[in-house]
Amino acid sequence: MSAEEAWYDDAAGPLVRSYMATGGRTHAKRYDLDLITLVVAVDPDAHAPLVEPDHADVLRICTYPSSVAEVAAKLDLPLGVTKVLISDLIERNFIIFRSSWQPAAPDMDMMQRVLNGIRNL
Amino acid sequence: MVGTVSEIDPLRTEEVITETSVGVDNLTGVEQKTTTTVAMDFGRITINPDLILYLFGTPGQDRFWFMWDELSQGAIGAIVLADTRRLDNCFAALDFFERRGIPFVVGVNCFNGAQLYNVTEVRNALAVDRRVPMLLCDARERDSTKQLLIALVEHVMSDTRHASR
Repeated sequence: MSAEEAWYDDAAGPLVRSYMATGGRTHAKRYDLDLITLVVAVDPDAHAPLVEPDHADVLRICTYPSSVAEVAAKLDLPLGVTKVLISDLIERNFIIFRSSWQPAAPDMDMMQRVLNGIRNL
Repeated sequence: MVGTVSEIDPLRTEEVITETSVGVDNLTGVEQKTTTTVAMDFGRITINPDLILYLFGTPGQDRFWFMWDELSQGAIGAIVLADTRRLDNCFAALDFFERRGIPFVVGVNCFNGAQLYNVTEVRNALAVDRRVPMLLCDARERDSTKQLLIALVEHVMSDTRHASR
């Protein structure tokens, strides 16, 4: 088995990159980040040079508000790892986030707007 | 299906999970850990600047239930796609949403326009409650996906109206 093959698990894909990006951390519990939490970079141009390449990529993607899921998909990194990167940047106040608002019961007005929007597709 | 209505090309987000299994051919019975990535399709529809609809698509087998857990929090509801060639593949998803009382509709996926069953037959085969909307669909067609989404939102609104009486 070559050195390259050893680092590639057929089912899991490349394993090395995730660990390199976060120093082995795969889960972040510091902030309440779910799939649709919106994140946006405070000043990506100023902050990108101050951080590691993977973190800089996150800042670049977050120039406009994006959901955590979108960031993970664009970075092509697992969700857990993406949340760690985002958490690191939140800690340094380079990224701010807004939790998705979840009402107790479905909001009829909003649902009607969603319905109209889908019909107009 | 996500791709037919999403304004962006479906993105894939992945989660690395560790599965513990006991190998059938493992004589010592020692548990083996395997790592797999679970992929989920992700799409978006911007209704207007302050209202965005996110769509998440996952495989239907029950080992992916943990994804449904996180996805269904705050979700309007779910669309369960039934493949008439493998109806049992959606049992786990149907169980999951029924047990948690999460609103859902069922799309009976017809491949190549071939309608092998009618909705009543599938409803009986899947033991789905009559009040749950079930539609024939083609997951590759944008208009078909639209109809499923509309059915879901109308179903949720109707349930909400009944509940508030």
